[in-house]
Amino acid sequence: MAEIELHNLVKTYPGGTTRATDDVSLHVADGEFMVLLGPSGCGKTTLLRMVAGLELPDDGQVVIGGKDVTYLEPRKRNLSMVFQSYAVFPHRKVGENIGFGLRMRGVDPDEVKRKVAWAADLLQLTPYLDRYPAKLSGGQRQRVAVARAIVMDAEVLLMDEPLSNLDALLRLSFRAELKKLVAELGTTTLYVTHDQVEALSLGDRVAVMRQGRIAQCDAPTTVYDLPAEEFVGGFIGSPPMNFLTGTVVAGGDGGFQLDLGAHSVPVPDALSGFSGRQLRLGVRPESFGVAARNGDPGGLPAELEVFEPLGSSVLLTVALAGHQLKVQAPPTFRAEAGESLRLSLPADQCRWYDPETHLLLETS
Amino acid sequence: MTRPAVDLTPLHRRKRQRVLVQLACVAISTFMLLPIVLIALSALSSRTALTEFPKPLLPSEFSTESISGFIGGAGVVPAFGNSMLAGVYTVVLSLLLGAPAGYAISRFSFRGRDAYQVLILLVRALPIVVLSVPLATMFLRVDIDDTVFAVTLVHTALALPTTILITASIFVGVPKDVEEAALIFGCTPGQAMRRVVLPMALPGLAASSVFTFVLSWNEVLGATVLTLGHRTLPAQVLSSLADSPNVYRFAGGFVLVLPALLFILVMRRYLLNMWGTTLR
Repeated sequence: MAEIELHNLVKTYPGGTTRATDDVSLHVADGEFMVLLGPSGCGKTTLLRMVAGLELPDDGQVVIGGKDVTYLEPRKRNLSMVFQSYAVFPHRKVGENIGFGLRMRGVDPDEVKRKVAWAADLLQLTPYLDRYPAKLSGGQRQRVAVARAIVMDAEVLLMDEPLSNLDALLRLSFRAELKKLVAELGTTTLYVTHDQVEALSLGDRVAVMRQGRIAQCDAPTTVYDLPAEEFVGGFIGSPPMNFLTGTVVAGGDGGFQLDLGAHSVPVPDALSGFSGRQLRLGVRPESFGVAARNGDPGGLPAELEVFEPLGSSVLLTVALAGHQLKVQAPPTFRAEAGESLRLSLPADQCRWYDPETHLLLETS
Repeated sequence: MTRPAVDLTPLHRRKRQRVLVQLACVAISTFMLLPIVLIALSALSSRTALTEFPKPLLPSEFSTESISGFIGGAGVVPAFGNSMLAGVYTVVLSLLLGAPAGYAISRFSFRGRDAYQVLILLVRALPIVVLSVPLATMFLRVDIDDTVFAVTLVHTALALPTTILITASIFVGVPKDVEEAALIFGCTPGQAMRRVVLPMALPGLAASSVFTFVLSWNEVLGATVLTLGHRTLPAQVLSSLADSPNVYRFAGGFVLVLPALLFILVMRRYLLNMWGTTLR
C-alpha cells in the first residue's frame, strides 16, 4: 500500500503544441480509489502513463510511497495496470497470463500456482486457465487482465478505461464487481475514464480534467452537486447542468433579482456585488419543480417543446424566456408538446457562476 | 389477401455466380500448376518417353534416370548446397538487419522516417546487373569473391527493402499495449521483445523469411557474376544450360522448383495464424 503524489507534472508530446498535462498536482491517499475523469484529449491517460512510467514528464515529480519514481522504469515501480484493450498476451494461456508478472519477479512456482488459482477463483476464470485468450469473450479477457493485475500485490493499481470495451450490460455488472474487489484488496487505485457514471459510481474522489488541468477534485457527490466550474457541471450529468445568463437588478423587496428577460429569479444577498452586472445561473435538470400551467402560480411560465418518456423519468425540453432548458420530471408527469408549464426553482438548488471566469461563486 | 409467388430468379443468379467463381478458381490454379506439373512429368520420365507426343497425364514409365543424371552432373550437388546456404544465410542476415529497422519504423516517429521508407526501396530500383559488376570488383579487392558469403551479401541487400517493409507492417500489428503490459509486469525492454513481441510477430516473420528465401533461391544474375567455382544452383544451371540436352534442362528445372516449394510448404503453418485469430 502506498500513496501517490504528483507534483507539477508537465508533459508536451513531441510535435504537439499544447501541453498534454499542464502543471498537474494530485495527491492520492493510501488505499484511496481516485478516478481521473475528462473528455478525450484532456490529459488523463497521459497522467496515468506518467505514474506508470510508460511516459516521462518534461517537468515535475512522481512520488509513490514516499519514494521518487519520476524517471524509474515501469517494472521497478511496484505497480500493476489494467489496459483499455486488455493487452493480454495472445500467445500464452490464461493461467500463464495471470502468473506472468509473478514469474518475471522470480516467485516460487508453487506460490505462483496458488496465487493464480486464487485470482482465477475470484474472477470466475478457473474453467478457462488452460485456454488461449482468443477463445474467450471480451468480458472474460477483461477478467484475465484484472486477475493479472491483482495477483501482483502491487502497491498501486492503475486502470486505463478498463470497462470501455465491454457492452453496456456487462459494464454495469462488472463495475459493481470491480468496486467490491478493489475495496477488499484496499489497493491505492488510479482509474481513468471518460464515462461520468463510472467515475461517480467508483471513485472515493473524482478528479475532473480539462485541457491538461484538474478542474475539480472532490468526492463524487460534491463534484455533482457543487461543480467548481461551469465545465464540470456541463460535463457531468446526463443531461448536463442548465446554464442561464442574466443581469442582476435590484428587486422591489430590497433584495436582488436575476433578470432573464421576461422573468426573473431571486439572487442571494451574498452576490449583491454583481448588481448591474451579468451572472450565470446553473441548475441541474432534476432540481426544477414542474407543474402544469395552473398548478403553481409562483413558478416561472415556460413552454414545453419536447416530451421524452425515459422509463424511470421524463425528460422535458422547455423554452424559458428564450433559453432552452432540459428538465427532468417524475415518470408519472404527463404533458403535450406546446403546452405551457410552470417551473419552480428552489434557492438551494441554484449554483451561481462568474460569467468571465466560469468559476463557482460562494453564496453563504 | 394473396401472397406473391416466391421469386427464385435472384437465387438462381447467385448459384450461377458461385459456379463462375469456382470455374475461375480452377482456371487460375491450372494456369499456375500446369508448368510445374509438366516439368515434374518430364523430369520423372525416361529419356525416350520425353519425346512422346501427346504427353500422357501420368508418366508412361517412371524413371529417375534424368534426375539422377542431373544430380550426378558436374558441380550440381555442391551448387545445391551453396544455394541452400546462401538462402538460409540471407534469411538470417536480412532478418537480423531488417527486423529491427522494421520495428523502428513501426514504433517510433523520428525525423526523416517517411523519406527513409522511400529510400529503402531505391535499392530495388537499380538492376542487379548494374549492381553486380562493381560489387564483383569490390569483393575481389577485399578477397571475398567467389564465396557463398559474397552471394549472401548481395541477396541480403536485395531482400532488405521488402524485409524491412514487411516486418514493419508485422510489428504494427503487435499492439503497443501488449508490449507495455510486459514492461509493467516486470520485463526489461529486451525481455518484452523476446517474450512477447517476437512470439506474436512469428507468423509474419516466417512469411517474410519465405519471401526472402525464395528470392535468394531464384536469383541468378548476381550469383552468376559473383561466383565461379562456388556457384549457386541457378547460376550453375544457367551456365551449363546452353550446351545441355533437354533432359538435363527439365531435371534442372524440377530440382530448382522443389526446395522453394518445400520451404513454402513448411512455413505455411506459420503463415496462417497460430492462435486461432488474426493478430490484433
